[in-house]
This record gives sequence, C-alpha cells and structure tokens, in this order.
Amino acid sequence: MSSKDRILARIRRAASGPDSAVPRDYLRVHGARTPAESADLLAANLAEYRAKVHRTDEDGIALLLMRLLAERGSQTVLVPPALPPHWLAAADPVRIHDRAASTPAELDAVESVVTGCALAIAETGTIVLDAGPDQGRRRITLIPDHHICVVRVPEQLVDSVPQALERLDPTRPLTWISGPSATSDIELDRVEGVHGPRTLEVILLGAQ
Amino acid sequence: MTGTYLGMPAFPAFPEAAGEAVRDEVLRANLRHATHTIRDKRARAVAELEDWDRLRAAGKAIKDHTLRHLDCYLLQLEESVTAAGGTVHWAADADEANRIVTDLVRATGEREVVKVKSMATQEIGLNEALEAAGIAAYETDLAELIVQLGHDRPSHILVPAIHRNRGEIRDIFRSEMGSWGRPAPEGLGDDPRELAEAARLHLREKFLRAEVAVSGANFMVAETGTMVVFESEGNGRMCLTLPETLISVVGIEKVVPTFRDLEVFLQTLPRSSTAERMNPYTTMWTGTAAGDGPSAFHLVLLDNGRTDTLADETGRQALRCIRCSACLNVCPVYERAGGHAYGSVYPGPIGAILSPQLRGTGSEIDATLPYASTLCGACYEVCPVAIDIPEVLVHLRERVAQGGPVTREGIRVTLRPAHGHTAERAAMRAARLLLDRPGALRAGERLLARARRLAPRRLPGPGRAWTDTRALPAIPAESFRDWWTRERGTSQ
Repeated sequence: MSSKDRILARIRRAASGPDSAVPRDYLRVHGARTPAESADLLAANLAEYRAKVHRTDEDGIALLLMRLLAERGSQTVLVPPALPPHWLAAADPVRIHDRAASTPAELDAVESVVTGCALAIAETGTIVLDAGPDQGRRRITLIPDHHICVVRVPEQLVDSVPQALERLDPTRPLTWISGPSATSDIELDRVEGVHGPRTLEVILLGAQ
Repeated sequence: MTGTYLGMPAFPAFPEAAGEAVRDEVLRANLRHATHTIRDKRARAVAELEDWDRLRAAGKAIKDHTLRHLDCYLLQLEESVTAAGGTVHWAADADEANRIVTDLVRATGEREVVKVKSMATQEIGLNEALEAAGIAAYETDLAELIVQLGHDRPSHILVPAIHRNRGEIRDIFRSEMGSWGRPAPEGLGDDPRELAEAARLHLREKFLRAEVAVSGANFMVAETGTMVVFESEGNGRMCLTLPETLISVVGIEKVVPTFRDLEVFLQTLPRSSTAERMNPYTTMWTGTAAGDGPSAFHLVLLDNGRTDTLADETGRQALRCIRCSACLNVCPVYERAGGHAYGSVYPGPIGAILSPQLRGTGSEIDATLPYASTLCGACYEVCPVAIDIPEVLVHLRERVAQGGPVTREGIRVTLRPAHGHTAERAAMRAARLLLDRPGALRAGERLLARARRLAPRRLPGPGRAWTDTRALPAIPAESFRDWWTRERGTSQ
C-alpha cells in the first residue's frame, strides 16, 4: 500500500462528527471611505511601516522618478518589459533589463528598480505584484536594495483584503509587500532591511 | 511501536526542564521583555478589527470543515498542483519525508540547500537527515540563523531565538559565522541594525548561488494548488524564487478549500503573530510559472502523527493551529519556563497539546506536557482559530492518568495508565473508600485532629513532590462535622 493510500485510509477512519458551515458574516470592508480617504489611509499605513510615499500625476511622474533616483544616487535601474516608457523619460540611470540569461549576481549589482503593481490595499498598507508586464519577474523587486512602486489611484486601490483577493488571479505568482524588508528577531526591535529591498518608495499616481 | 520523531532526542520531563529554566534569570528577563512587548502590540492590532470575533469563528469553521473532509481536499490539492506543473509526494512519517527530500536534492546533483523557516522540517529533523547524507542545509531566517550558528534549539514558534539577547547574538555571530561562510564584520557591535546587516552579508552569497531551496507553507489552497508563505525579511522570497528547484514539506492540515478562504487568515495571522496589520512579505505560487521562479516544484505532504490526532474528537482541534504563536506570548508558564522546557519544536500551550498527540504520550516529556499549564485560559482567548487548549489539556491529562483508547499510526490501541500516577489513583481510591463510609470518616477526622501537632510540614513518600512547592494546610483542632454538631446539636 502506498503512503498516499495509507494516509487517505487513516483520514477516512478518523474523520467523523458533524460538519459545520463556514459563517461568512465578517466584514468585506472596515468602514466607508471616499477614494481620496482610501488613498490617505494607504499612505498612512505604508508610512507606518517606513515606506516613503509620494503623490503625483501623469505629467509629474517623469520628474518625480528622476528626482528619486538622483537622490538615491543610482547609476543603474531595473526596468520591467512593459513599464510605460515616459515614466523614466527624464531619468539618468542606465536602464537594465531582466533577461533569462542574467544571473542573480548580475542583478545584485543594480541599485534601483521601478515597477507598477497589480493593486494596493488601503487597510493594511499592502501592494500586490502579480508579475504582470509592468512589474516583471519576482526577482527584480527582490534583489536591488531600492524599489519604487507606482500605484494608479483610484483604479488599482482597494480598501480591504477580501476585495483584493476577488481581483487577483491565483494562477499568477503573487507577492504581497507591506513596507520594506524587516525583522523583529533581535529582542523584538523592528529593523528595516534584511534580505529584501531596504528602501521602498510608493508613488500614488493620480492621487492629489 | 516506534515513537514519532519530532526533531529532538529524548528530553527530561517538563517539571525538571522548567525548574532549571526558572532559575536562569537572564532567560527569564529576555522572555518577559519579549512576550510582554508582543502581547501588548497584538491586543492593539486585533482591536482595530471590529469583526475580529466573526473572523475567528470563520477561521475555526474553515479549518474544521477542511479536517472533516481532509481526504477530498488533499486529493483536489494534488490534482491542482500537478496540473500547475508541480509534483506531489506523500510521506506517512518523518523518515519517509526525509528520504523523499534527500533523494530529490541528490537528483539535482547539489550538495547544499537554502531553507525558509519551517516548523514541519524541524519537526522531522530534516537538517540532520540531510547532513547525514552529506548535504548542507542553511537556515536563512535571522532567528533560525542565530539558533543554527549557536548550535542551539529554537524556543519560540515565531521568534526562535527569543531566549537570546543582543549581546549573546553578537558573540555567536563573531565566533561562528566564519565557519559557515562569510565571517562577521570586524568589530561587530550589538546593535540590532548592525547584527541584521551582518546576517544580510553572510546570507546573500548563499542566496545568489543557491540551486535548491526547502520550505514549508502556511497554507495550501485545494481549489487552485496555490501555496502561501508569510514572512518578514525577504529571505523567504529569496529561497522561493531564485533557486531552480523548490521542495516544500507541508503538514496535511495546512490545506484550505478555496482561494477566497485566505481572506480570513490574511487578516488574522499577521495580527496574531507579529501584531502587524500585515507582515512585510507574503509569497503565493501555483506550481511553476514559465520563466519566473523555480522550474521544478515538489510538494511533500506530511502525516507524521496528524491522522492519529485527527482520530481524537477532542484533541483534533489542535490541527486547526496556524502557528501564529499568540498563545505562547500570553502563557504564564511559557513566560517563566521558556521554550526549551517543552522538549519539542512546538513549545508553549499549543506545544503542550500538539506534541503529546503527534508523538503519543509514551515518553516522560510527553506524559508531563499536559500538566505544563495553569489552565488559566488565556491561550484560548487569544487563539485566532479558537482552539480550546485548556479543554484538550484536561482531556490529555485524563488519558495520561487513566489510559484508554487512542489511535497510533492508524491503529486503535488501548493505553495503560502512565507511570507516576499510581499514587494519584491510590489516593482517589482511598478517598472513595472513606467517603462511602461516614463512620470511618468521622473516626479518622477525630484521630487527625488529636494528632495535629504531630503532622509533618512535608508529606512523606510519593506525596513529597506535592509539598515541595506547596504548603501543607494546617489540620484544624475540630472537624467540621464536630463543629456543626456542637453548634447545631445534630449531625445531619
């Protein structure tokens, strides 16, 4: 008898008793907000996790990205395949593309990465990436030390976790990001930046 | 009957191990600071959600429903994972799981693996099994790294190095990092920032060259085959996305039916464990994705005592556990005894009910774990899936003291009462004898009252242990019955 059959047989002998229906009376969203209030809440929650939040519109994004990359002193920036070209039109750093042949060690030399996102969640201060063409593979938002993520507001902004799951495709690789990499393993003191990007900047595009 | 291996050799009984820990003042101070910090933060994070009780009830019901139909959901999961390009393996016990993982690593030709913190692989002693096969397993979670470099054992589910303070961690890094890879920077201090940076440098070279990773998972979705890992540091993302081969060892109880079910646990798990609205990183993957992440994904479904636990209708609620560790942080016994006293990778209140069920109550440590509690109920109050830990503790105490029917490795057996409870049962039998005979009881009481000045301060024989930690009550000069007769003139 295979282990699979053995385990299934044990379960069938063991599982007994009444079945319970799952109550779904928990809230879909915590509170009613205008789109502007949702953007404010996202910004506040991101800031609490020490992400840096900026706001601009389509006209201002190129200058903002130029400034953020210059302030950081980045010489190179990773660019996902379908990042809107005008976003980086004014930026100085050399654009690096993530190719199948590029090794993690090569990507480790790149200083910044700019991506879009699948959506953002106001109540938890979370951005979700689904490896879409304006986000690229998971490794490009992981290896560089500086990640700038652009959230289109209000289109990509939801209020709550249940609303987010409804809009996500589970067959895509998903990365939920709430603030920069952090640890609390030493005396429960929170320290930002262990293995992932130590600086996370979020641009709310369209939110004024 | 072979015992289920929980990653550790034979341990002393809980009272002995706890007694030693209680006398360690540094340990107690470290633990008190850590548990109080996190429990206060958690209370605030939970208070933010007005529907917390409803989320808790939903989480409990999702888990109970899944356990009731575990066979169906595991088969559905296998189908979904396979359809998405993964391979599913079934492991009845620790040995089998270790063999499967070792063979999979060997097939890649690699001699080292990077690991995401995982309770399941600690439970089965995977690192030791890999080492015996000549494969080096590197823990990459900061706390696990501290434990591994310190040749230590984890003492907390979420913060395995909670028993260490920054000075101790600095010393471990200074003396041990060099023998595993990049040494600690010159003049390393004890600031948590500096220590985290040292870990970053030490581990990055391993991440960037790793070809094989081993992980667990917090949840598996039957409907879609999606695996979910919650973490904070990014070491999880490194392991889950950079290597070519990913092997995940996951307990069969971690499955949930639908993707939508995650909406409950994504809200309750981070708030219960790290007291945050959301942990910094959560990775979800479904089989393999073309060009993104590992090209080979293996899922090892682990039983190792879980089906036996499922067979116990009272005890099976322990399988609802989502490993948040909130129960550890509120437990007055854990706070003083520390995680090592529990002699298992699952310490604290949840460990006290999980370990004796996964391993059976045959060993001394497992027979004493159900007594490692004051039954104050704080663990039940904080549990995000409403596991009634005190109820299971009492149930297991009864099993230890009285024996009775139990399932081990799928077979129904009858346990004999454990050693060490003979005195307890003899005392109960004597009490029954006496209480059934009012005349004998009255005579005995009078005799006791008259001899009260001769009563010892400590009990002799098997009662000594009881009086080691308790004062023996003074015997009154007059029994209650005599007082009643004197005052009221009747003995009825």
